[in-house]
Amino acid sequence: MEAVLFFAAALGALAGAIGVIALRNPFYSVLALIIHLFSLAVLFLLLSSAFVAAAQVVVYAGAVMVLYVFVVAYVGGGTESAWESIPGQRLLAPLLGIALLVELSIAVLGSSLVALGGDGPQVGAGFGDPAAIGYLLLEKFLVPFEASSILLLLAAVGAVVLASRQRGES
Amino acid sequence: MSIEWYVVLSSLLFAVGAMGILIRRSPVVILLCLELMLNAGNLALVAFSRMVGNQEGQVFALVVMVVAACEVVVGLGLIVAIFRRRLPLDVDELRELRG
Repeated sequence: MEAVLFFAAALGALAGAIGVIALRNPFYSVLALIIHLFSLAVLFLLLSSAFVAAAQVVVYAGAVMVLYVFVVAYVGGGTESAWESIPGQRLLAPLLGIALLVELSIAVLGSSLVALGGDGPQVGAGFGDPAAIGYLLLEKFLVPFEASSILLLLAAVGAVVLASRQRGES
Repeated sequence: MSIEWYVVLSSLLFAVGAMGILIRRSPVVILLCLELMLNAGNLALVAFSRMVGNQEGQVFALVVMVVAACEVVVGLGLIVAIFRRRLPLDVDELRELRG
């Protein structure tokens, strides 16, 4: 059962990822990314991290993707021209991507981590639930937690400054 | 499923995202491909946290999500600013900084 779910979710994630880079209309790319994110949430659940999966669905598939849809609707989902400014870009880019994949696979499969081949240790029902993550965030990782909240505030202010209408603009 | 499968899947997704950044020229789609790569990193973090049996990797994944949200907000703000100035939304034509 677990294997079936894993392969279904992995196929969904991979199909979504390929859809993002292959579809010519940016609007469809955003929709493909939503499929990808939901499949990733299923994978997170299989890895018994319920809170991260919930945050993935709520924050990413909910909030961030709505932002993307708004911006794509605002700037217009025009398709890209087929003209290449770098010669051979469409040929070279997949080759470089495959080279990266081969390198990463060698690094992962050739590593001497014995535990990588196993299922991981047995964990209780409370592994990765909101209480455990919240305890870690507010006790052990309080400074990174506050730093990320300041980062969010800065990003919000920066977005307002960037997207607001400038004075010299007609 | 053994943890290896998850890590291999995450490297596959990372490679797909990197390929997308190399191929596509629309800044919106390049941001989407950045999301793909960040999510692949998240999957690896969560898989390793399961491998060790420790929840701290999941906190890392949450912080990565926060950073990704910030990056999206600033990137989309830039795209809106580019669009407002009626510049072309194509990273090959926006090359003034490169000289």
